[in-house]
Amino acid sequence: MKELTLPITEDDVRELSLGDIVYISGEFYTARDEAHMRALKYLEEGKSLPVDFGGRAVFHCGPIMRKLNGEWELVAAGPTTSTRMNTLEPQFIEKLLPRAIIGKGGMGKETLKAMETFGCCYLAITGGAAVLAARGIKKVKGVEWLDIGMPEALWILEGEHFGPLIVAMDAHGNSLFDNVEAQVKKNAEKVKKKLGLT
Amino acid sequence: MITEETIKNTVVELLKRAVTKLPPDIEDALNKAYQNETSDVAKMQLKAILDNIALAGETLTPMCQDTGVHIFYVTVGNVKTGNIEKAIRDGVKEATETVPLRPNAVHPLTRKNPGTNLGQNMPYINYSLSDAEYLEIQVMPKGAGSENMSQLAMLNPAHGVKGIKQFVLDTLLHAGSKPCPPVILGVGIGGSADISMKLAKKALLRPVTTRHPEKQIADLEEELLETLNETGIGPMGLGGKTTVLGVNIEYAACHTASHPVAVNIQCWAARRASAKIYEDKVEYGWFA
Repeated sequence: MKELTLPITEDDVRELSLGDIVYISGEFYTARDEAHMRALKYLEEGKSLPVDFGGRAVFHCGPIMRKLNGEWELVAAGPTTSTRMNTLEPQFIEKLLPRAIIGKGGMGKETLKAMETFGCCYLAITGGAAVLAARGIKKVKGVEWLDIGMPEALWILEGEHFGPLIVAMDAHGNSLFDNVEAQVKKNAEKVKKKLGLT
Repeated sequence: MITEETIKNTVVELLKRAVTKLPPDIEDALNKAYQNETSDVAKMQLKAILDNIALAGETLTPMCQDTGVHIFYVTVGNVKTGNIEKAIRDGVKEATETVPLRPNAVHPLTRKNPGTNLGQNMPYINYSLSDAEYLEIQVMPKGAGSENMSQLAMLNPAHGVKGIKQFVLDTLLHAGSKPCPPVILGVGIGGSADISMKLAKKALLRPVTTRHPEKQIADLEEELLETLNETGIGPMGLGGKTTVLGVNIEYAACHTASHPVAVNIQCWAARRASAKIYEDKVEYGWFA
């Protein structure tokens, strides 16, 4: 088990191996489809971003928030399906240098390659376990881009022992999901036989 | 007379129950899966799921941040009611603020989010009629992770039962880690393109502990459930023995030249809740 305090360095990320259990503390950000698209568009147009993703973690999450006495309160914050960001993440990693992507379901080969090249990792958190996940978030420090809606906005979170997270894609080109997929492919042949399909 | 106010309040309560507490058949299946798993990674995923369910129940907090879009099944019995559709829309809007639910419903082209979970044809209401002395409302909050992995195939009759099995397997393999496994597969066979899709979703209302009343269908459910778990996709796609918690099939007769098969995938957070509204009382439960 490892405790990581954000921001972390490229060396920190490269020390992580597939299957490591980690917890994170410090400031990190939610971003999913719309926030990824907007961030990349802003970069293209030379506009500055409201936060610096460098060394931080990007959480694929559309939380439920509620406003109490003018302050945002986090209700539930589990991960969303990361593959939706497959086409956006390689560029995002290259240009903004986050050191960790937190989500569920894993990501594609291009993202894995970007992680290896630029020093980033994928931390899997249990999908749907949103109340448990919210326990590791001490504070909602702010929100940007709320005009794209509560789920899609860029939420600024302060983590404290946020996890457990599994290093499911490391910075050396390894993916736990690829390993499982290779095994599933083999198993599927047996399943087909059992179902009388071959 | 069942008033709009009663229906609206029932809808708010139903949504709160659905998103904070899983039906007993699902929770039992998850507990059994945890006992049955042997790998650390799979056990860790299921433990997080079970701990999360307990926390959500204790604190009446939505177990998953994706509280879905809201699919209703309304059976109108031999009762007089206020405007059901208006009451349901008002209930969804109120629950979005009070539970709270995540506002998920957006315009499909502009992607604008009104923040209320209301939009054109959303919540979506399926109506049927009965001669019961009550109005029955079932709600299924449906998250996008699993819904996005759902599929329809217009097969040829020559593909037969084999074609059904192949398509269900292919759909599960394609979904892999993405729909938050362990999943429940709702399978709709026959009817037409739209009817099979509707049946696939409706099949998810049935507890995973029940089998279809017809033996041939029940056997197919059993066979798929047992063999699909041997794919090894496992909880969250990180490998393990539990990929599928249930396979529920519904069917309709179809055109002699057609062979539609639809699969609606449901994540482990298989949320549903039902209420029977009588003239003088409301009963809540998980009636299938």
